[in-house]
Amino acid sequence: MIPSFDIVILIFLVVTAVIALTLKDLLASAMVLGIYSFLMCLLWAEMSAVDVAFTEATVGAGVSTVIMIATVYQTTRKSRD
Amino acid sequence: MKLFALITVIITGALLLYASKDFPAWGDPLSPANNSELSRHYITETRVETEVPNIVTAVLADYRGYDTMFETVVIFVAGLGILAVLRQSPSAGEPLPVPRDRFQERDMITIMTCRLTVPLIQLFALYVLAHGHYSPGGGFQGGVMFGASFILIALTGGLSEALKRLSEQRAIFLAALGVLIYAGTGLLCMFLGKNFLDYHILSQWLPDTTAVKARYHAMLIVEIGVAFTVTAIMFTIYATLSSKGRMRGGL
Repeated sequence: MIPSFDIVILIFLVVTAVIALTLKDLLASAMVLGIYSFLMCLLWAEMSAVDVAFTEATVGAGVSTVIMIATVYQTTRKSRD
Repeated sequence: MKLFALITVIITGALLLYASKDFPAWGDPLSPANNSELSRHYITETRVETEVPNIVTAVLADYRGYDTMFETVVIFVAGLGILAVLRQSPSAGEPLPVPRDRFQERDMITIMTCRLTVPLIQLFALYVLAHGHYSPGGGFQGGVMFGASFILIALTGGLSEALKRLSEQRAIFLAALGVLIYAGTGLLCMFLGKNFLDYHILSQWLPDTTAVKARYHAMLIVEIGVAFTVTAIMFTIYATLSSKGRMRGGL
């Protein structure tokens, strides 16, 4: 574990989470959640849990982002709150 | 109301941060997880008992095989649930609003890129599945990647193109087949007189294998079952959500 790299990733995780919550545009929110998943994957890989990192990269950053975007396309793009 | 929710979230977060102080440090050799009898057994005996170098795969598919079986069932049931809630007949409701610019004129560049990359993605997915004993990977990851290749076809060539390659009926059949392969392997062990998912007895049936090698091979069989289910369900979820349950049109 590299502490400085760790702290950078953790700060970005908090930033992306807050951005994903505050954005009104759900499409952009889904994209930011993809970035969140990818940062999470980096964190797992860096803590040498490579199997978990692999799953996070494929499921979290890959397929679930696509599924969320597909759902946004079929519902509404703007969030009301 | 929003302020109330914010206060609740802040208090919960503060409590979690406070509790995390009690966790052992990362990689601490004296932490309880590293000192239990069980972890020591996994770390020292996995190579001897199963000949699988990647301990994670051995724990996932052999020692904790029962957990993994029901994880597969959870994915299967999640896919069935989405189908049960969202699936409609193709003619139901108003005609689907299709984004014009995406459907009428498909871009040559994206289609050719997709044609070039999909075989590579699928090959790599098979590699991840088959090489899970030696490197990170296995049924779940390989299956998700294989499903993602079908999703890529659906994104570039339209959902009908992807459904031509993996139709809805075939996807559901594959998903059920994956669970059947996993549970069937376990039942086979029971028929041969051992416990459910106790793979080493399969050496009676697999040609030219010792009891240790039987565990090694049974893990691959089980992972193939997981990959079938995950591939089919990932694609089914995407197809259902992107077409409002009509399996037609879509993104």
